[in-house]
Amino acid sequence: MSVVNSGLYMRRKFRSTALLTLSVVAAVFGIDWLFFILGALFYNGFTSLDLKVFTSMTPPPGDDGGLANAIFGSVVMSGLAVLLATPIGLLAGTYLAEYGRYGRLAFFVRFVNDILLSAPSIITGLFIYVLVVYQTPASYGTKLCTAVLGSNCFMGHFSAVAGVLSLMVIVIPVVVRTSENMLLLVPNGLREAAAALGAPRSSVIRTVTWRAARAGIVTGVLLAVARISGETAPLLFTALNNNFWSTDLSQPIASLPVVIYLYATSAYEYWHRLAWAGALLITATVLTISIIARLLQPKRS
Amino acid sequence: MADAALVEQMLSTPERAAAVAKGGARDARFRALTFSAALVVVLVFIGVMASLIDGAMPAIRAFGWSFITSTAWNPVTEKFGALPSIYGTLVTSFLAMLLAVPIGIGIAIFLTEICPRPLRRPIGTAIELLAGIPSIIYGIWGLFIFAPWFQVHVQTPFVDAVADIPYLQDIFGGPPYGIGLFTAALILSIMILPFISSVTRDVFETVPPMLKEAAYGLGCTTWEVMWRVVLPFARTGVVGGAMLALGRALGETMAVTFVIGNDHHIHESLFAPATTISASIANEFTEAVGDLYTPALIELGLILFFVTFVVLAGAQLMLYALERRAGGAS
Repeated sequence: MSVVNSGLYMRRKFRSTALLTLSVVAAVFGIDWLFFILGALFYNGFTSLDLKVFTSMTPPPGDDGGLANAIFGSVVMSGLAVLLATPIGLLAGTYLAEYGRYGRLAFFVRFVNDILLSAPSIITGLFIYVLVVYQTPASYGTKLCTAVLGSNCFMGHFSAVAGVLSLMVIVIPVVVRTSENMLLLVPNGLREAAAALGAPRSSVIRTVTWRAARAGIVTGVLLAVARISGETAPLLFTALNNNFWSTDLSQPIASLPVVIYLYATSAYEYWHRLAWAGALLITATVLTISIIARLLQPKRS
Repeated sequence: MADAALVEQMLSTPERAAAVAKGGARDARFRALTFSAALVVVLVFIGVMASLIDGAMPAIRAFGWSFITSTAWNPVTEKFGALPSIYGTLVTSFLAMLLAVPIGIGIAIFLTEICPRPLRRPIGTAIELLAGIPSIIYGIWGLFIFAPWFQVHVQTPFVDAVADIPYLQDIFGGPPYGIGLFTAALILSIMILPFISSVTRDVFETVPPMLKEAAYGLGCTTWEVMWRVVLPFARTGVVGGAMLALGRALGETMAVTFVIGNDHHIHESLFAPATTISASIANEFTEAVGDLYTPALIELGLILFFVTFVVLAGAQLMLYALERRAGGAS
């Protein structure tokens, strides 16, 4: 009797085939769910989507409407958050990659940043709530803010500024992490060549390393945009919601995720339709941005 | 020698000295700028802790440690306890991990060993893209599509089937609402699945082909190679990735809030409505009035931050160790 036909061999082969089949089943099962979700989203989203979604304001109960103010609010808050947080994140990432590298402080910053990166976003919302919204008129922060901004002071109540701040707290760690990673990919030869030409270190970083890592840094920023465009929890208690078109950053402002949350949990059928339309818009945005980011991403060695 | 001295002399002009000094000053400024940006990150972290403690202070003073062990949740009498929320958070995350880890590893094995080569990249990319879909999408799908389907096609027959079996009738008993603890755990597991499988796949791909080939050469079956060579080699990465997913599951808000039912009672049945820390905060925060309601919710947030911090810090330290090992090996 040959080895190949022995009981032990057959048993092992059977075991292997059975368990691998099981992992195929797991894969098919797992991936199916994800496609069910996208399928349901696209079906319900597209059947609910019409021009009015983009042109009308969010309706009160019993009325017809769209999501125009929520779309506007989301774009404004996400745009401002990314615009303000990117320089901070890029500079901090530069510190980690160029100056700190193996230092104790850099290790600590990296660790804290990674914690912030995966910390629950609802915590971010609570943080800005306590820092901005929860302030009383008598607190020093509010007095200072009123002195500087006058009637536009955003402390002490829900506002678009608070929403922007909470989104910034989410964007900064993402940009720090990706820009550090991308700067570390830049070959040291480039830095050395620039230094040998007599360029000061700050010029080397700004004109050589940043430029070499540009595609990767842009990818990081895009990923951050994708990440915050669906964030709901932090906006719930910072920007709150607003049924009207608002451009005043010191006032509450509507955003797509919050409107989806409020409308989906309501009892009205046409609010549910609007929630689906909004969900489709967010998913389409996130997927488009992620795909662009993926195309830009430099190949890792 | 003479040449070097000449070059030295030519270079040491006042203009050059001025340029070097200017460059040096600019360097120092730029370094300080990047350093302060790095400090911002640390300040944000400290700010999160400080503001949560500050905001929760009235509740901490009023309830002390009993906040963690009390099951009371009464906004009218201002008696608050975190136990039902903590229970819900831990149970949903545990069940979600129980489902998602084996399936996620299965998907990773499928992608690295079984899947036909031309399909690997598209399927892998699709899974990574799905990991980026916002949680509110999973929430709205769970509420409108999954929960009604689950109620009719799974819960109702299941509750009937176990109605006379001891223990099981308690764990899966009660009216089938569709929404509840178990539904939330299922949605959560679907949500963290892409995350676990893409991390696991990445770690599997770092296993040197030589190791696998050696095992195959000894006559191992594919499964034996996976189970005895690839998994042990990738263990740290898989556990680290799973812990990151656990951190996500513990703090997940929207996917859970939609389907858990927000009930501050601990029920025996897994099908019953419940609540988690994040769902309580999201559901009740904007309606909270009174001196202790909002601080109690912020204290819930503080507990969540502490728990996720421990989990995430553990995950990070494991992944750093892995990186160091990978760096040393190459």
